[in-house]
Amino acid sequence: MRISRRGFIIASGVVGAGALAAGATQVDWSDLMTAAARNPLSPDAGVLVVCTLYGGNDGLNTVIPASDRAYQSARPDLAYQPHEVLDLGDGLGLNPGMTGLKKLWDDKRLGIVRGVGYPKPDHSHFRSMAIWQTASPGSPQQTGWLGRWLDVTGDDPLRAVSIEPVLPPLMAGQRAAGATLPVTGLKLPTGAVGKAFELMGHPQDGDAPDQARAARSIADLHTTATKLGPAVKPSSDSKGRLAAQLDVVAGLVEAGVPTRAYSVSLGGFDTHADEKGTQQRLLTELDQALSAFVDRMRGKPVVVLVYSEFGRRVGANASDGTDHGTAGPVFVIGDAVRGGFYGEQPSLTDLDNGDLKESTDFRDVYATMLRDVLGEDPGKVLDGHDTTVSGLLG
Amino acid sequence: MPLLDDRAATRRLLDRFGFGPRPGELETLARNGFAAACEQVLAQAPDATPLPNLGAEPAQAGKKASAAERRQRQKTLRSQQITAVQWWLDRMAGTASALPERLTWFWHGHFATSVQKVHSARLMLHQNQTLRTKGGDFTALAKAMIVDPAMLLWLDGQQNKVGAANENLAREFMELFTLGVGHYSETDVREAARALTGWTVNRDAMTSSLAPKRHDNGGKTVLGITGNLDADGFVDIVLNRPDSARFVASRLWFRLVSATPPAADALDRLVAGYGSQRSIGGLLRAVLAEPAFRDPATTLVKQPVEWAVGLMRALGVQPSKLPVTQLEAGLRGMGQVPFEPPSVGGWPAGQAWLTTSAGLARLHLAQLIAEHADVSHITSATAAGQVLGVDTWSQRSSAALAGIQGAQLVAVAACAPEYVVSQ
Repeated sequence: MRISRRGFIIASGVVGAGALAAGATQVDWSDLMTAAARNPLSPDAGVLVVCTLYGGNDGLNTVIPASDRAYQSARPDLAYQPHEVLDLGDGLGLNPGMTGLKKLWDDKRLGIVRGVGYPKPDHSHFRSMAIWQTASPGSPQQTGWLGRWLDVTGDDPLRAVSIEPVLPPLMAGQRAAGATLPVTGLKLPTGAVGKAFELMGHPQDGDAPDQARAARSIADLHTTATKLGPAVKPSSDSKGRLAAQLDVVAGLVEAGVPTRAYSVSLGGFDTHADEKGTQQRLLTELDQALSAFVDRMRGKPVVVLVYSEFGRRVGANASDGTDHGTAGPVFVIGDAVRGGFYGEQPSLTDLDNGDLKESTDFRDVYATMLRDVLGEDPGKVLDGHDTTVSGLLG
Repeated sequence: MPLLDDRAATRRLLDRFGFGPRPGELETLARNGFAAACEQVLAQAPDATPLPNLGAEPAQAGKKASAAERRQRQKTLRSQQITAVQWWLDRMAGTASALPERLTWFWHGHFATSVQKVHSARLMLHQNQTLRTKGGDFTALAKAMIVDPAMLLWLDGQQNKVGAANENLAREFMELFTLGVGHYSETDVREAARALTGWTVNRDAMTSSLAPKRHDNGGKTVLGITGNLDADGFVDIVLNRPDSARFVASRLWFRLVSATPPAADALDRLVAGYGSQRSIGGLLRAVLAEPAFRDPATTLVKQPVEWAVGLMRALGVQPSKLPVTQLEAGLRGMGQVPFEPPSVGGWPAGQAWLTTSAGLARLHLAQLIAEHADVSHITSATAAGQVLGVDTWSQRSSAALAGIQGAQLVAVAACAPEYVVSQ
């Protein structure tokens, strides 16, 4: 099964949020785009790039305890041997596909937070992804965590941009929502058709909310294409999906667009069967895209956060794959990151019904990003939660 | 609450229980009032269009296959897939019995299976036909889907065998197909996976069968019921839960009526229509009887395929007559290609479709369709409204359409909020 960003929007519960009903958004995109041009991003303002791995990446075959006997015996046909992994110390090694991240590790620019999860983990892709994206492990929330950050920090919709055709729930707030940008460049028709199509985007008294949103999407398209179009280079199709998204982000950062948070994603991690080859291929794609991006962003205060909705069961199933599990590693990458391990590596012998026990609350990681990258009080966004991962940034 | 008048309600019926009207269809159907129109639509049976012959399944590439052989296999698969998509779109755009086709489309999004993992257009079409023939009886449909060859491949069912179960199919079946999250436990998932062990797929014959040696014959307990459960027994237990009827009724409502859930009393009436027979016809009849179905506020954003097919129906354009690459690019750009749902959760709904990038793809596809239609009789915004089934344009849209003519007029009209959203 392929899991991607869109699938989660249905089940997230966030889609009904006021933020997606653009009528509820107080800001007008084009006014703010103009303001953005007048007020480019300050060179020292932190930029957060959130990279979602859809499908539940197997953390144990990403940051690998290859020399642990319990690991080898739990998944004999899936396990990597100690000599295959890229040694990180502490009895752990990176997946052999991640040579770029190994370089960043050696360069002290890669932080790995181990055992990240939440209490009473949910094994549904959709529920668990909703929990991660809303930062609400207990009860369902109508807003995403970056959406709430947007809610508390003003009303410029360009502060958060998703390089995906569909807005991920994490960027939907109650009042504000991030903007979406396609990966490829936008080229609008000119002449009479172009003019007519632009007029179709005008709001109209009496529009039903769905119709108002339809009109607004056309207006946003024109504003995006005219104001932002030149900054976005169409990416070539030969590039990987994630690499193309990160190319756009890099272009926007370099152009000084005042966006503080970006969302990108890579799907396909739902590996119940014949996992080893598929996952290594995906991790290689992730690795190459991330390392090229981080290199291009060298010297800029850009931090990348990489997570998935859960890890995998410790034991392999009968199909050379793994079933849905719990805690997993989170990567934090950038110049400002103090590289190294954070959080405890979960035990492979002290399990909860076959699953890893989490050692770090995922909200600690978010709180760190909010405080140290976005400069916001995490408690305002995370329902009072303000514990951070000590020493990771700054 | 003011209600849509008979004509407007009939138009909505054609939008929601079909893919919009063909020329003249609304007038004919509305003639005897909304109630009669409902009866006529509910009585529609699938037409007899045969499945296309895609040819043989390309042989599996063995370990020693050369790169050229692999490429050739990919090419054949791809061409079969395109044929399947064109065939289905043609059927949606051309059929006089739109309700069964719309239901088939609904079930495809519900039991969302993607050719991208199944790697067989033949198996996807085989599933498609099952959705069409069994879509009126949820018991039969659920029992067919849980052992459907494409479904088994999609959710690793053929890898699930006694001793170490693969939970993928068991979990998604309860969460997304029949019951909804929160109505079963992790233990239920693990036990249900055992009940589903042993199924294998024969790609060439397009069949699935139970291999007794791979099946777990021990006792299992699912949702409090214990026995030597198999696939059928598991389905019965799940469908007997009252939560299942509410789940199925809500999902249908969500796609055919509104992204806003039905009120509690309305949901009770829908469940009563569905009944112990688990009749989809009964459920649809109950949907039509709801006042909300005639509430002007109950709008629904058309999914991209519904929008494109509706436009082609209105303009008399046969999808397979369009340049296939551009048609596919348009659908892909809007985010929806048949047989390729993004995940087992199916496609998004509602305003999630209304993104900036999709807006441009929509315009390009509308231009392509309009260029392939005879639009000589469409000389004004009013005429475009009549063809598309939009009674009144807003001032915004009238102003936008005032300066253009011909295919351009039709294309931009098809992008108007009044057409993109079903009213």
